[in-house]
Amino acid sequence: MKLDKDKKIDIKEILKDLESYRPRRKEWHWREGVGKRKLHSFEYREVSDGLTNSVPLPAAKYFDNIDPQPDCVITTEIASGRFEDDIRRMRMAAWHGADHMMVIRTAGQSHFDGLIEGTPEGVGGVPITRKQVRATRKALDLIEDEVGRPINFHSYISGVAGPEIAVMFAEEGVNGAHQDPQYNVLYRNVNMVRSFVDAAVAKKVMASTDMAQIDGAHNANATAREAWKVMPELMVQHAINSIFSLKVGIKKENICLSTVPPTAPPAPCMRIDLPYAVALRELFKDFKMRAQMNTRYMEACTREATVTHVLNLMISRLTSADIQSTITPDEGRNVPWHYNNINAVNTAKQSLVGMDGLRDIVEIRRDGELGDKVRELKERAVLFMEEIIEVGGYFKAVEEGFFVDSGYYPERNGDGIAREIDGGIGAGTVVQRDEDYMAPVCHHFGYNNLPEGLDKACNPIEGCTFCNPEKIVFIDELDENDNVNVRLEETAEIREKGLIKPEVEWCGDGIVSLNLFLPVEERTAEFAAIEIGKKMGLEDVEVMNKQVMHPAEGTYVEVKGKVTFAIDPSTLEIPEEEETLSEDEIREYATKNKIKVVCATVGEDEHSVGMREIIDIKHGGIEGFGFECHYLGTSVPVEKVVDAAIELDARAILISTIITHADIHRINMQRLHNLCVEKGIRDKVVLIGGGTQVTNEIAVESGLDAGFGRGAKGIHVASFLVKKLEEMEV
Amino acid sequence: MHRPDDFQERRKHLEGLSEEELEKRFWDLAEKIVDPLLELAYKNTSPSIERSVLLRMGFSSIEANGIVDNCVKKGLLGKGAGHAVLKFAKEKDMDYLAAGKLLAEGKGWDEVETLFQGGGAR
Repeated sequence: MKLDKDKKIDIKEILKDLESYRPRRKEWHWREGVGKRKLHSFEYREVSDGLTNSVPLPAAKYFDNIDPQPDCVITTEIASGRFEDDIRRMRMAAWHGADHMMVIRTAGQSHFDGLIEGTPEGVGGVPITRKQVRATRKALDLIEDEVGRPINFHSYISGVAGPEIAVMFAEEGVNGAHQDPQYNVLYRNVNMVRSFVDAAVAKKVMASTDMAQIDGAHNANATAREAWKVMPELMVQHAINSIFSLKVGIKKENICLSTVPPTAPPAPCMRIDLPYAVALRELFKDFKMRAQMNTRYMEACTREATVTHVLNLMISRLTSADIQSTITPDEGRNVPWHYNNINAVNTAKQSLVGMDGLRDIVEIRRDGELGDKVRELKERAVLFMEEIIEVGGYFKAVEEGFFVDSGYYPERNGDGIAREIDGGIGAGTVVQRDEDYMAPVCHHFGYNNLPEGLDKACNPIEGCTFCNPEKIVFIDELDENDNVNVRLEETAEIREKGLIKPEVEWCGDGIVSLNLFLPVEERTAEFAAIEIGKKMGLEDVEVMNKQVMHPAEGTYVEVKGKVTFAIDPSTLEIPEEEETLSEDEIREYATKNKIKVVCATVGEDEHSVGMREIIDIKHGGIEGFGFECHYLGTSVPVEKVVDAAIELDARAILISTIITHADIHRINMQRLHNLCVEKGIRDKVVLIGGGTQVTNEIAVESGLDAGFGRGAKGIHVASFLVKKLEEMEV
Repeated sequence: MHRPDDFQERRKHLEGLSEEELEKRFWDLAEKIVDPLLELAYKNTSPSIERSVLLRMGFSSIEANGIVDNCVKKGLLGKGAGHAVLKFAKEKDMDYLAAGKLLAEGKGWDEVETLFQGGGAR
């Protein structure tokens, strides 16, 4: 099976023969070809191998559409609750440069004691099951072929079923996972003994396939009242999980610290976040950095979030990032929408490429203020650990509420998260291994009284699933109502007939958003906006974001709602795209017939850039095709343009009109047409109007032969001129 | 606990340490914290760990649940759930996967208990 870039991925095809699908690769993949390379006229220093298929940044059109790929892996977090729709989003994200697909789990899965099977729908994430994982891996294998770069698949090995999930991930080719027993203890209230005992087994399994591990320390940032005050503790949390993992057998290069710049504007965040980033990278120098973006201080404004995230990216470029994670700009208002995953990936790509090689010319001043801060953070972290030992170890420290206290350690505010050693989910379930304990499988952590003389732990069973994947048991569906087949049936009409319905998360969800400025105060604006949405025919109208422009003058409101209809593409009247003549055809005609053209920006209008782009040889303008252009300048009266055309015996007049105030662009175009009629040359000259607000329809309505707006190039104008002149000769 | 920021007071013994010495101290302490946790993990098991063993042996998640639940009831988790399956299969002279399916359905546990001479620590 191979993807065709002009066709949608066929989910039914992905689901076919899933019971026998095996992953082609299990280990984590770092980007290849990292270093210098030349693209367009630039030398890049921190980029990796390019993609065979991708969508470059919008401004790439000025640079031969190059799409430089930064040196680090770029993550996107996708979790709509329906994996079949997430797969489509992953494909879009991969085309924009994401190579780490992080699937968030459905709410409550961490307390589910065992594996979930089938494909039930999730809330705020996907229920992680073997079928869901296998289908996604299969789709990603196709997508990585399409973009030409391996894609890392990632989810969570936490909660009370960690070891089982780890085994399933290792069997199914999941390449990275969050695994940190402290996360279970602090944020999921899983019993601490159970968490650490389970974690060792889970980590040993992860090590067996070279899965990358990401810890859970960043959650302290997201939870703490004043996120920057937990910095010393964060280093302690990173250290506990890192050294625990290392001792279980995960290689240093696969242990990634999940680190977030703790604060955000209006705090002077760079001065707080940068010393912390430096301290962390010095202490953990051989480990990998997974640089996450700040979520703690995110509101519903996507612009504000994006700026914070760009500052986070600057920290990454000034220090280091092995994995650059991204947070979608809409995470402060809803579960991420399709295009906001793309926006976040592009924010990372754009910023990292923009700051390529920055450290070659800008240096962090390690001494002085920053150095003092670095030292202080390290000392505070050391003191934190000294006190953990002093009170009797990690479990005691958790019982005493050491972690996620809002005080800047050693300051304590008594508001940390405290857990009891015999409390939480799964308390009392841990059992001591007897002397004759045995587990006849590979990559098992801990005491294991296997018979002597085995070359593999799984000899007694003639191969475990790691050695013989044929033994893996695939369960298809357990719930006949809550599964992917039922959901696909519900949207069958849309997919099979190719109906067009807007969506942000799920096929056919119908959600659209509106941006409104309402010239009233905030609260009135909010309710007026909902009413406007309803009058426009939307259902379930909700305000997503509002921002005061001025207490009395007005409010900006973003609204979402659902449309109830779908568009049948067969009913659309789509005008044929105008075919341009070849450069040679145009050049031959223009030079042979010595075509003269008069050009000017008309009226009281000083804009000249657009017209120069259409004329100038160096911009690919019509001069380059052999037209003899007479440019009269800006703010030229229409009469003068017509007179010049008569005098020069020009075959065409090009006017540019940018200003549209009081419809002056239409009026000027009408004047041109009328004057040419009056002077008796209208049937001899081609009249063309141009400008940012000009469309072909407006120009033709105004009496001209054609209009060219935004994005028009010299060749379009030249091609039209030749076609029209040939037509006039007949 | 409430405590003002007494960093200046507390750090006195760290003041004289070089950056390298300070970092070494950081890692030594980290090891000291995790070593007892690792020992705990080495010596113990849990229902999830045992289910993960059964998965690796080729049982489905549903079968693994059934076997482990019964193992817990009989106080045999400390023997290893996979161990219990193998012992039962040997006694019955059956393929271990078939034996495990019986155990998953709750059958044969009295025999398993006898095989382990009265069970293990609960």
